[in-house]
Amino acid sequence: MSRRRPHDDDDGYERAHRKRRRVSENQEIEDRLESLILRVGEKSTASLESNLEGLASVLEADLASFKAKILRILTECAIKMPEKCTIYTTLVGLLNAKNYNFGGEFVEHMVKNFKDSLKTCRWNAARYSLRFLADLVNCHVIAATSLITLLDLMVDVAKEEGVPNVRKDWFVYSVLSALPWVGRELYEKKESQLEMLLVKIEVFLNKRSKKHHTALRVWSQDTPHPQEEYLDCLWAQVRKLRQDNWVEKHIPRPYLAFDSILCEALQHNLPTILPPPHDPNYEYPMPWVVFRMFDYTDCPEGPILPGAHSIERFLIEEHLHQILEVNHLERKDCASALLNFPYKSKIPLDYSIVEIIFAELFHMPTPRYLEICYGSILIELCKLQPSTMPQVLAQATEILFMRIDTMNVTCFDRFVAWFSYHLSNFQFRWSWDDWDFCLQLDLEHPRPKFVKEVLQKALRLSYFQRIKEIMPEIYEPLLPSKPEPDYKYTHDNAASLPGTTAAHSLVVAVRQKCSPEEVLNVLQDLPNPRQEADADGEGGFNPLKIDVFVQTLLNLGSKSFSHSFAAIGKFHFVFKTLAESEEAQICILRNLFSLWQNHQQMICVLIDKMLKLQIIECSAVANWIFSREMQSEFTKTYIWEVLHLTIKKMNKHVTRLQRELSDARDKMRRHDSDSESEDDRKRRREDHDDKDKPTEEVVERMEEKLEAAQADQKNLFLIIFQRFIMILSEHLVRCDTDNKDFNTFWYKWTIGRLQQVFLTHHEQVQKYSSTLETLLFTQDLDSHIMDVFHQFTSLKA
Amino acid sequence: MTGFGHNTSPSVDLSSYRDQHFKGSRAEQERLLRNTTTIYVGNLSFYTTEEQIYELFSKCGDVKRIVMGLDKYKKTPCGFCFVEYYLREDGENCMRYINGTRLDDRIVRTDWDAGFVEGRQYGRGKSGGQVRDEYRTDYDGGRGGYGKLMQQKVGGPVQDIAVFRS
Repeated sequence: MSRRRPHDDDDGYERAHRKRRRVSENQEIEDRLESLILRVGEKSTASLESNLEGLASVLEADLASFKAKILRILTECAIKMPEKCTIYTTLVGLLNAKNYNFGGEFVEHMVKNFKDSLKTCRWNAARYSLRFLADLVNCHVIAATSLITLLDLMVDVAKEEGVPNVRKDWFVYSVLSALPWVGRELYEKKESQLEMLLVKIEVFLNKRSKKHHTALRVWSQDTPHPQEEYLDCLWAQVRKLRQDNWVEKHIPRPYLAFDSILCEALQHNLPTILPPPHDPNYEYPMPWVVFRMFDYTDCPEGPILPGAHSIERFLIEEHLHQILEVNHLERKDCASALLNFPYKSKIPLDYSIVEIIFAELFHMPTPRYLEICYGSILIELCKLQPSTMPQVLAQATEILFMRIDTMNVTCFDRFVAWFSYHLSNFQFRWSWDDWDFCLQLDLEHPRPKFVKEVLQKALRLSYFQRIKEIMPEIYEPLLPSKPEPDYKYTHDNAASLPGTTAAHSLVVAVRQKCSPEEVLNVLQDLPNPRQEADADGEGGFNPLKIDVFVQTLLNLGSKSFSHSFAAIGKFHFVFKTLAESEEAQICILRNLFSLWQNHQQMICVLIDKMLKLQIIECSAVANWIFSREMQSEFTKTYIWEVLHLTIKKMNKHVTRLQRELSDARDKMRRHDSDSESEDDRKRRREDHDDKDKPTEEVVERMEEKLEAAQADQKNLFLIIFQRFIMILSEHLVRCDTDNKDFNTFWYKWTIGRLQQVFLTHHEQVQKYSSTLETLLFTQDLDSHIMDVFHQFTSLKA
Repeated sequence: MTGFGHNTSPSVDLSSYRDQHFKGSRAEQERLLRNTTTIYVGNLSFYTTEEQIYELFSKCGDVKRIVMGLDKYKKTPCGFCFVEYYLREDGENCMRYINGTRLDDRIVRTDWDAGFVEGRQYGRGKSGGQVRDEYRTDYDGGRGGYGKLMQQKVGGPVQDIAVFRS
């Protein structure tokens, strides 16, 4: 809605000026109308009812000139401000009572929006539209009969065959989530039809498969709070609402005050709205598990936290999530909007806010927003409410710590990242003494492991001496090591090592700014310990040369990341010369690890850099992680940080090539098209897109590049999954043979990491599902491993 | 209340700072600022390391590089740096979620930067550090203590004995 900039030229100025004055006057009125509509319901000296009455009169007067604009604003409000649903339905109700035709046009407009959002997969918009239409029944704008027909058609999608479960789930979910608004009215006017609708829903819910439930849970156990599948939870809440005769206490209903006016209005019937049939391109929302960490016993004296199966809990949570959604780009506004929740006196607000933020942070498979978004909003909340919020957050942390033994690995990582980040903003102050009992457990138990990983992360955000000072002495076994390089060629026993002389010469040469070729000269005479093993010259490599070079160079660059990066950059040629094969690249990684095993962050950063500079391939990293030599590190979080950054790099590469190819194809098509409009030509010139259209040859080469990249990507996933299957099967078989319990800490971490790969990268892994099923995840595998695979496939089923 | 017709996002807006040493017009500088993926980070401690900066700023996206701000003469960190991302969006998230929070126990300030150019890593204060540390009158242990001017005026013994002679 931008104003047009005033022209500088003078031609036809008077006429244009007059017209512009009229246009800008109209613009002003439109702006004012929009502002009035957007602001209704906000804090005001007058009551909401009188504001609505006043606004309805103003709009009625302007309907003649500004109808289209008013229609558009109102429909946008319905979708973009769902928390004000009943305010806007009341407004529409009042307008309908004054002007029946307008009411009809609005309904038409709203219905069109609803259908469009279904066709374009804008699921939240569709759900809010449906709810809005339902609430319009309460305002006598829409007839109850026609609404229930629509709800029926929506629920009938559950009977479709050969469509994804997630499609059926969504349609039922959208109907259930509209019922709190209109349930009472339907119960009063159309009880038997409402009952039939609910029976249909119940039948569907009892039949549906919920394999995904296990994969999406934050905790594997249901004590103390059941981790319910989202539809099951909402169904329980709606059933309870029905038990209470559809009386709920949360939703404000301004239309009740206008009942005498509204019930005089004529109602409209909805046209028949058929849900668009399934299209293979449609992507439906993924299912989720409802996150619960508090119940009313956790909260102090005061307003009671509504029970898990009360509809109020559902409504409050949805409202808070919406506030977060609307404000997530401005963390200060977000924190204050959350704390200004309209019904805050009715609930223990701090607890509800903390619960929904952790619900988003721990959402499986991935959170909606960046983890730091939630972390920084929590900090703002502590700033705005310093007398209560920090304590609630501390209580939440305690609860999470106590339940961490059943938390899934992905959420464990996020909890570690959040807590270390949060502490870094508060001088790492924490009641560590309260947790020292965890040291009596096996150090692989999630509780001490959590502390260990938090300290590793805290180390990255501060420094070793600091971490040592903040921790009570008893925590010594969990402290990270001092992040220093361990360079063997200056150890006491270095004289006995085969590479020492060459290493020392290399140090001198590098300090004297030698060239890459000179480095190769220094290494030239080093014997190859592999000579006996591999007779072939090609694909052979010299591990001793790699050892001396990698450890010496990286040690020389050990002062900072920049130093190391510069070193790697300068001697890139040497890396490439010494390590062409995957085995040689794994040798580089081994030496990197040998030097830097006490500095986890450095390992991650250097591997990232070497992947970027194509010194090592993704497959080399994957194979190295699963190698025997890395067994001792296998359950440490940083190893998985390395694996995931490797997978992400591969994914990004493929995505970029896909985008380049489709851009090139578009360009070709645009040039070829005879019907290229004047506008297109002009735009092309403006975009400097005027180059020759990409030739067939260029596009073909791009296709080849993409194919090769996708083959690499598939290969990477195959390696990773195959290695997981091998080590897990080995473990399960061995435990079976030795008659031992397989459910060791190692097993739990490892199967969790397998799950994490599936869930974190599910979009990319989907592409290769059938290959994985055929080649790797075959029926003869242990059921524990197959379960993980089936949970993954059920996500989009 | 955020109205949907208005796409303002104050966290991400340009500040009023413009680099006086920038080679080019104001308009050019602003164009660069609106498209840059480089963030200036200020109010760092002299002891804050590249590693700490990497860890925090990686939470908003892949960091392309970090250039530490250095004292022009001593060539040691003097309390600022540049963080360059690959994507503009990552810089925006930095402005939204890192600006005004703590790194190494200090509240850091982030701002858009027109882009690193050789030479811009050096402090422009007369003593070699940042200009703000020349004139500062408060004591800041993480940034060399008192401001340079004050150190010269207030610190140290009297040089000229004439001060004690009437």
